Amino acid sequence: MSAYAGDVAALARKDLLLEVRSRDTLPAMLLFVVSALTIFHFALPAGSSERAETGLLWIAIVFTALLGLTRAFAPEREEGVLDGLVLAPCDRSAIWLGKTIGMTAFLVLAEIVALPAFALFFHPLSWELVAAVALADIGIASIGTLLAAIAAASRARELLLPLLFLPLAIPVVIGGVGASIASNPGSFLGFLVLYDGVFAILSWASFEYVVTE
Amino acid sequence: MSTAEKYVTGAYLVLLGSLLLYLLIIALKVGRLEQELADVTRAAREKHGG
Amino acid sequence: MSSLSRGLPFAAFALLAGGFALAFYWAPEDADQGFSQKIFYLHVPIALTAYACFGWGAWKALRLLWTGERRYDLESYTAIHMGVIFGLLTLVTGSIWAKISWGEWWTWGERQLVLFLILFLFYSSYFMLRYSTESGPRRERNSAVYALFGVVLIPVSFLAVRIAGTILHPTIFTHEGADLPWQMLVSFLVCLAGMLSLAGTLYRVELTGKRIDASLRELRELLA
Repeated sequence: MSAYAGDVAALARKDLLLEVRSRDTLPAMLLFVVSALTIFHFALPAGSSERAETGLLWIAIVFTALLGLTRAFAPEREEGVLDGLVLAPCDRSAIWLGKTIGMTAFLVLAEIVALPAFALFFHPLSWELVAAVALADIGIASIGTLLAAIAAASRARELLLPLLFLPLAIPVVIGGVGASIASNPGSFLGFLVLYDGVFAILSWASFEYVVTE
Repeated sequence: MSTAEKYVTGAYLVLLGSLLLYLLIIALKVGRLEQELADVTRAAREKHGG
Repeated sequence: MSSLSRGLPFAAFALLAGGFALAFYWAPEDADQGFSQKIFYLHVPIALTAYACFGWGAWKALRLLWTGERRYDLESYTAIHMGVIFGLLTLVTGSIWAKISWGEWWTWGERQLVLFLILFLFYSSYFMLRYSTESGPRRERNSAVYALFGVVLIPVSFLAVRIAGTILHPTIFTHEGADLPWQMLVSFLVCLAGMLSLAGTLYRVELTGKRIDASLRELRELLA
């Protein structure tokens, strides 16, 4: 059990260290999300409601996440080490968990910039929104890591990943927007917990099937 | 025929139309498979000296 | 072909013809909706059949991952193919029903329609996945895993659309009337059985076609 945890920690640390050194993905995500929020300001006619603005924040989060996810296995691909990783004597699901933790960290870091920017450009945030964003990050990273592995096998992975991801992201958006604006955010937050639980388990269990040659 | 009757009939006709369309597609497929089978049979005959 | 599959086309014909006849000539007309309610006997069986196809496809996908037997890939793919066809029919018949009932071809308030839109998008992506991946064990496993995601998405989306109704798109429209009179229920069940048999028949036909295709391709390669 502790060997498994050790593997996961090593894998997650590797991804984060790689990012610190190469600085490929995170700066792009940060710039993307702030640009998106700026475009949203111009896309919203004057007098738009706060509810509409909140909705657009969630779109920004989903598409920023997508941007980050397309880079999920890029380091392995570029160095050609994915096979080595798969052959390593660790449970393949540990690869999933390590990657997902890393991806969640990227999303959180991106949102540490995005959420204050949103509060600055539009309107203040509620704690329910922040909680929903945190829960959504876990779900998005979970399925995103798995779907990135699936898309990696295709001829058009940059096109395929968004197509695979977006229908699955719809419940996340429903839960997130609902938690941000509804009078009963609890049920939406509870729904996000359910979503995360169900899809994380499914992704964890099925990852080994999508990453072996 | 009232409006409701028109729409209801239309919906059931959608099912009928879809089935007929499917039938058409399958018929074309069967034709293609027949052709391919003939090709493969010919190739097998040639390979094994007729 | 097992004797069960042999009987399917006959069952489909008898049950559907009988079911529709019962629906139009025997079942009473709905008090609230009048004659337009008759679409219920078409739309709901098609919707439930689509769910059944997706479930069947997921079951075959699970078998593939479990046993590694390649034949399950074609079976899973065919089932999902059927599911998408029936899903599309669900959207079309549901849209017609919405038009008669509320005057709109589309409404976000009709939960079943919204749910099917999400599933239709998802399973269309399934096809994109298959088309853009080279055939082989990798594609089979990836498709199988995605099919499993789909069947999990069904209840999750159902729940999501339900809670979304409370604040995002008010669900003021609903087809669920009071308790169904027993004649309506019987007619409905016959239509449902017929639709499932129809799906089963089409599934068999489609699967046979795909298998013949694969065999011919293999023969071609062997003779080349």
